[in-house]
Amino acid sequence: MTLQRAPEEVGAGSAAAISLRGVVKRFGGFTAVDGLDLEVPSGICLGLLGPNGAGKSTTMKMLTAQAVPTEGTIEVLGFPVPRESKRARAAMGVVPQQDNLDEELTARENLEVFAHLYRVPRKERRGAVDDALAIAHLTERQGTKVDDLSGGMRRRLLIARGLVHRPRLVLLDEPTVGLDPQVRAELWGLIDGLRAQGTTVLMSTHYIEEAERLADECALMSHGRVIARGTPAELVGEYAGERVVEHYGPPDRLAEVERLARGAGLPTRRTGPSVSVLKAETIAPSLADELGADGVRRAANLEDVFVVLTGESVE
Amino acid sequence: MSGAQAERLRRFEMAPVRGVWRHELALFKRYWTSQSFASMVEPTFFLLCFGYGFGSMVAVIGDYRYLDFVATGVVGTAALFTSVFPGMFNGYIRRVFQHTYDAMLAAPVDVHELVTAEASWIAAKSAVYSCTPLIVALFFGLDPSFGMLLVPVATFFTALGFGLFGMWTSSVVPSINSFDYVITGVVTPLFLIAGTFFPVDALPAWAETASKLNPLYHCVQLVRHMVFGIRPLADLGHLAVLAAFAALMWTIAVRGMRRRLID
Repeated sequence: MTLQRAPEEVGAGSAAAISLRGVVKRFGGFTAVDGLDLEVPSGICLGLLGPNGAGKSTTMKMLTAQAVPTEGTIEVLGFPVPRESKRARAAMGVVPQQDNLDEELTARENLEVFAHLYRVPRKERRGAVDDALAIAHLTERQGTKVDDLSGGMRRRLLIARGLVHRPRLVLLDEPTVGLDPQVRAELWGLIDGLRAQGTTVLMSTHYIEEAERLADECALMSHGRVIARGTPAELVGEYAGERVVEHYGPPDRLAEVERLARGAGLPTRRTGPSVSVLKAETIAPSLADELGADGVRRAANLEDVFVVLTGESVE
Repeated sequence: MSGAQAERLRRFEMAPVRGVWRHELALFKRYWTSQSFASMVEPTFFLLCFGYGFGSMVAVIGDYRYLDFVATGVVGTAALFTSVFPGMFNGYIRRVFQHTYDAMLAAPVDVHELVTAEASWIAAKSAVYSCTPLIVALFFGLDPSFGMLLVPVATFFTALGFGLFGMWTSSVVPSINSFDYVITGVVTPLFLIAGTFFPVDALPAWAETASKLNPLYHCVQLVRHMVFGIRPLADLGHLAVLAAFAALMWTIAVRGMRRRLID
């Protein structure tokens, strides 16, 4: 991988690569983002987690000024957005959730167009496109029309398109949604490589595993605001504890487990046919007797945090 | 980034325009043969049908041989069709189906630059292709003249205005099917009452007045004068109408596209 970062730009006043303060976005009567405060320090990978409709994609669009906030202030790489968003956009790369490559053009032509749009100087353009093809492992397929590439290749090309100008900041909106596990693992390697070279990454996802593996820190969004923030380990420790016990049984039994655990102040979540009692390491012996010995023990994870904080029912 | 370069990012820039043109050029490489075929063969059919068929009944109109009258008129219709349809359909498809414009606006490209780039590409291409009827007509006996070399100027401004009109309608219609209203309700009458196939003074007074408001009428007049003899004052007037039309369409196309592309 031969990604080099662009030289530091003037105008980056604050240390944070992204800063949102009190941001509200309303669409008519619907409030998509509701008083969002979020700082992304330079050089980290921040995972933006949240269920569908939490406001992740709207937040991403506001960072590129493709949506204008109703209230609040946004700074990206030190530039106020949307007022000077064009300068911010010149220094960052965007990988959208929806594949918007030009299917009629080849992989190489898609990158060439964006090398122009991102103002890569003429002398460096060919090299920048070659590097981006190499990052996407598409050097051999550069002359293939996008229409004829596989889903995984297309997504790699979409990511490479956002990197062709070697940005300091990359926005990834659900980078691996709808892909095979093998392809996802490959893309994770690519994203991790970016962060290792000091590129700031803001990645929205609702794949918990993706955030656990890649993110230095996670911000959990619900109803248009951040409700929890920290490293994956901190979040798990704070909201789900060390261990979890899962109890299986008929609905009555599950309801009973929930009642007992909650009575003792322990968070629970439904995990399909079972109920998970979180923070199981704090279960008192008397409660353990009441819950019964049928529980299956496992380590707490970020998914437990996600469900506990954003609710069990899907809106 | 130097201070001067940073400063320049705020206003209208050529870099995004060149980028959009690069995209268009890559696409053009794939369809230039079919478009070139159509742009040569269609006026040939028109001239065969109207020139020989209709021309057997109408030998001359005013000072012109009917075939020459039609050949110059068809330049105008070519400028209309090769600009308004790309404006409408590319504008809609790239925005709604392909999301090309969303991708470009995430890069340092603003809506007014995107619209300008797309429209100027359409206009440049149309300006060239609209001249093909004259080339065909040379084989049908049209006398060559130096004024013909100015025709691309007239067709460029015409195509710029109609390309932008098409882009504006693409930002207004609720679905791609609604273009039927635009095509039948607007484009067809514009094409018919522009003095292309018959002089507008043959029309009833109200229709003649309406045709003077039609930018295509001014294009056709300008093209005829360029081919058969410039009338400086009148032609500056025609050119001014076409430029004003393009400027007005630019304003509403940028506003319409911004409304659709920026939430």
